[in-house]
Amino acid sequence: MQYYVQQILNALQVGSVYALIALGYTMVYGILTLINFAHGDIFMVSTYIAFFVSTLLLGLTHHLPPLFTFVATLLAAMAGTSLVAVLIERLAYKPLRTAPRISCVITALGVGLLLENFMVAFKPIGPDSRIIPALFESRNYSIAGVTFSTLQIMIILISGIAMVLLDLVVRKTMIGMAMRAISWDKFTVPLMGISVDTIISITFILGASVAAIGGTLYGMAYSIDPYMGIRIGWWAFISAVVGGIGNIRGAMLGGYILGFIEIFTPVFLPTSTYRDFVAFSLLLVLLIFKPTGILGKPAVQKV
Amino acid sequence: MNDTPMLTVDNLIVSYNGIRALQGISLTVQKGEIVTLIGANGAGKSTLLRAISGLVAFQSGSISFHGVPLNSIAAHKIVEMGISHVPEGRGIFANLTVFENLKLATWTRKDRENLDEAFRRVFDLFPRLKERKNQPAGTLSGGEQQMLAVGRALMTNGSLMLLDEPSMGLAPVLVRDIIRTIQEINQQDGTTILLVEQNARQALKIAHRAYVLETGVISLSGEAEELRNNPKVQAAYLGG
Repeated sequence: MQYYVQQILNALQVGSVYALIALGYTMVYGILTLINFAHGDIFMVSTYIAFFVSTLLLGLTHHLPPLFTFVATLLAAMAGTSLVAVLIERLAYKPLRTAPRISCVITALGVGLLLENFMVAFKPIGPDSRIIPALFESRNYSIAGVTFSTLQIMIILISGIAMVLLDLVVRKTMIGMAMRAISWDKFTVPLMGISVDTIISITFILGASVAAIGGTLYGMAYSIDPYMGIRIGWWAFISAVVGGIGNIRGAMLGGYILGFIEIFTPVFLPTSTYRDFVAFSLLLVLLIFKPTGILGKPAVQKV
Repeated sequence: MNDTPMLTVDNLIVSYNGIRALQGISLTVQKGEIVTLIGANGAGKSTLLRAISGLVAFQSGSISFHGVPLNSIAAHKIVEMGISHVPEGRGIFANLTVFENLKLATWTRKDRENLDEAFRRVFDLFPRLKERKNQPAGTLSGGEQQMLAVGRALMTNGSLMLLDEPSMGLAPVLVRDIIRTIQEINQQDGTTILLVEQNARQALKIAHRAYVLETGVISLSGEAEELRNNPKVQAAYLGG
């Protein structure tokens, strides 16, 4: 019993990260009908920003309070990653706004490769894996045989809070309304006095910010390297598709489902190497029976 | 007395996909007027409105609003300058609620203190929208969607409203309602109207002046009354 509770906790931790990244895929798809295949690598970039900022802050002679260092690292990662994402959008995707969709998909894949290889070639980073220094003391607790750490609880809680806030932004604010309006009919949106390009940039900022929250937390728990975005990005992408691409809550649900698959595969199958097999099989089976994903609605023919 | 027209379109040429949709159009709209543009399908009426709103680029000629040229001003900026546009086919956001559709149209407004009043005005003109405020706009009937499209244009607080075929697809009784509402908006709110209509009979009833557009050129223009009695107009657009 404790064993399962323990695994559920682990699944929530991993699932939180997938969910945060999946949100970026789903929001960009919602307004541009573009799968931003570079998004997993944008997540990777966020972990490096967090790595450098935290190393810098911890290297200062003055001892900063841990909470300050953590929050500053998180905010810097969000801001830096947003900047990278907006630059990618402006330089790589915007010129292709009227191009065939396949050109955009190939460009997105190319941008991903560029980010990975830039990081490897860039001397201060290189191909080796690293660990973000501990920004606060993470203690281990044990309740009724279930162990968990401060970090683990923080990953689950902060991710949860970020998702609730993002959901509120999309459902309740004018920016969220504009995003949803664009997903329906981007040609009419300018007649409301709204710049579609501005809303697209804001969408990339929101997606990059939640990915950076995931990236900072992830980098504190696991090692980071320039190719980490590939596998995690694919899993997050599957999360978005499983939940229903274009659907915010679907991406969250999908993220947790994939987290459970990752953790529970080795519980029921002989080795953890089956996890990709299980995840992709689920995707294929789901696409046969519910092509729109769990929470996705069939696309309505828009006139 | 300032006699610069509110809207001046001068020798406008628009081509797209290799087709010259407008071949040198000139027209003016004075403040406070209802001007209607009548013509058959494909005459270029929608293209003209879309060029004024900045939705399509034009190759030559000019459009100016209160004397300010609109060349190369982005569509969303033109809304801010005071031109609202009820697009062909209504263009409502079916996935947003009625309230959200209206709210979104206030994006550029700085007079946030007047928003309650603006909502009251729209709900006063269209009580049905108030009843359905929290419903997704996609669940509205065609007539209600048209009300929402007009309401949304009102919410942008423009001084000039462009309407593209507001009567399209509506039952005759609803056509009369919507045309009457447009007149009311002009008379009570002082909004200047440029109305594109296939239903020339209804449009000429409320318009002060009218232009007839035929395959990209203006073939006739004058007082609405005058055009209503013109045998050519009667034969071509008023059913004999």
